Amino acid sequence: MKVLVPVKRVIDYNVKVRVKADGSGVDLANVKMSMNPFDEIAVEEAIRLKEAGKADEVVAVSIGVKQAQETLRTALAMGADRAILVVAADDVHEDIEPLAVAKILAKVVEEEQPGLVLAGKQAIDNDMNATGQMLSALLGWSQGTFASELDIDGDKAVVTREVDGGLQTINVTMPAIITVDLRLNEPRYASLPNIMKAKRKPLDEKTAADYGVDTTPRLAVVSTAEPEARAAGIIVGSVDELVEKLKEAGAV
Amino acid sequence: MQYGLTEEQEMIAATVRSFVENEIYPHEDLVERTGEVPAEIAQEIKQKTLDLGFYACNFPESVGGAGLSHMDFAIVERELGRGSMALNHFFGRPQNILMACDGDQVDRYLMPAVRGEKMDALAMTEPGAGSDVRGMKCSAVRDGGDWVLNGTKHFISGADHADFFIVFVATGEDHTPRGPKKRITTFLVDRGHPGFTVRDGYKSVSHRGYKNMILEFDDCRLPDAQVLGEVDGGFEVMNTWLYATRITVATMCVGRARRVFDYALDYAAQREQFGQPIGKFQGIGFQIADMITEIDAADLLTLAAADRLDKGLPSNREIASAKLYASEMLARVTDAAIQVHGGMGLMDDFPLERFWRDARVERIWDGTSEIQRHIIARDLLRPLGA
Repeated sequence: MKVLVPVKRVIDYNVKVRVKADGSGVDLANVKMSMNPFDEIAVEEAIRLKEAGKADEVVAVSIGVKQAQETLRTALAMGADRAILVVAADDVHEDIEPLAVAKILAKVVEEEQPGLVLAGKQAIDNDMNATGQMLSALLGWSQGTFASELDIDGDKAVVTREVDGGLQTINVTMPAIITVDLRLNEPRYASLPNIMKAKRKPLDEKTAADYGVDTTPRLAVVSTAEPEARAAGIIVGSVDELVEKLKEAGAV
Repeated sequence: MQYGLTEEQEMIAATVRSFVENEIYPHEDLVERTGEVPAEIAQEIKQKTLDLGFYACNFPESVGGAGLSHMDFAIVERELGRGSMALNHFFGRPQNILMACDGDQVDRYLMPAVRGEKMDALAMTEPGAGSDVRGMKCSAVRDGGDWVLNGTKHFISGADHADFFIVFVATGEDHTPRGPKKRITTFLVDRGHPGFTVRDGYKSVSHRGYKNMILEFDDCRLPDAQVLGEVDGGFEVMNTWLYATRITVATMCVGRARRVFDYALDYAAQREQFGQPIGKFQGIGFQIADMITEIDAADLLTLAAADRLDKGLPSNREIASAKLYASEMLARVTDAAIQVHGGMGLMDDFPLERFWRDARVERIWDGTSEIQRHIIARDLLRPLGA
């Protein structure tokens, strides 16, 4: 079975995000970029499936700017076998919307014929949480989202999902789109031999036009703002006062 | 020199950095408090390094290393330099000098060291012989077919965890027009060998947990099979293999300075006085500017020296310049970082006082700043006949 893993280049989770002065978005110039952490978990899971003999090839794909090549090299250094870069934007500030990404991925799936698409549940930059679901709809494949456990058994996948208030276990018919959550695994470090090998692994470069997908945005960002600073807390003198304050705030 | 790192080098840097942040940083406070690295933590770091193929990455592929270039290795060490020396000792980088192993020494010392089965330590310094290596008193004399070693070595890093030692001792004296000149031979000595004792050294202000130990040889008898390289060939072995190791100090200083800088920059942006972040006051902002400029300069100087080594160009002066500048830069940067933090910089709630203490030794070990300046000046003046 071939596993396709879409990975996104996003602002590094350690970076303190800064809103651009004109409010049009987040400043990405000279900012450290990394692989979306949820996608890293998806890559790890795909490699584990290969190591367990349940997958025979792991293909990483990224859709975005040319620099996403670095993100793909990271996936290759972790152990993916080859990579596909779909250049769909020139400017790092230009985000490709989930529907366009899903349409391109659908074409890649058509071409590659994977048995499973493992994706991060969402990207940490805009938290859309939509690409996996849209891809599932476009392909007519089953979906298992927010996986915290995954067990593939022939043409069936058992997916444990993290839902509000607990865990839900579902059976999914393969081929399927599985989107992964934080607790599925702990991604490995790239080993030194794999880092050295990564450059020799194939990385195909395509464009969105190659797949005939129009990536023109359908959404307009009206404004972007920093979250409001949290106001300082207060120290109350007694339980009664606490209850009174909570009542005032409408919390009880 | 080619500017900028290759994709592989960027990935090596990112991987080692994230290893240090996740596997080394969390144990630093414990090591700092106790002065010890618990055996299980040491083993865990070592095993993870082995699993990642980074153990002994400074060795050629022919003996099971990763065959990294000097530049690649400088990048590994730069990122390691961010973390505690005591802990990153187990991100094993055996002494390159072991490549001089010959015959069954290969299977007894070189290969086990590369595989992480045995750890090594290098012993040169003596109470009476620091920068003046030729002043060493530790000696070996022939007795039958064997050698008998006597004397004391001190400041021996890594000796508390070493299974064997690479020891330099005097094996005679030549008379030259410039006075007597000691002949030196390198020996491989196993821990626990009769007549050889390892004991605790001094308490150092720098790098707690990275102990300096004292080695004592008291009629320690060794066969010829323990000689590394040629008899009386100690200086050759040293010059061939230890030449490049000074660059390690420079790279580690750069890595540590970057970590220190992150604290200072963050504090300058967060801390408010007189109604604004203190970084907005020129007194602080300019210090930040000077810090990063010096760090970048040291980084480039170090990588340029590593690049020369890779190209096989004479690099003695360049390595000395890198070691000198990077270690003195770290002293200034750690000092300025404390100034930016004000009183809090001195408290052990922040690791800054530790970085400041740790920085002190860098201007001393592996050749003091004075020795590096001497090397640089000699290198420039000697061709002019001075």
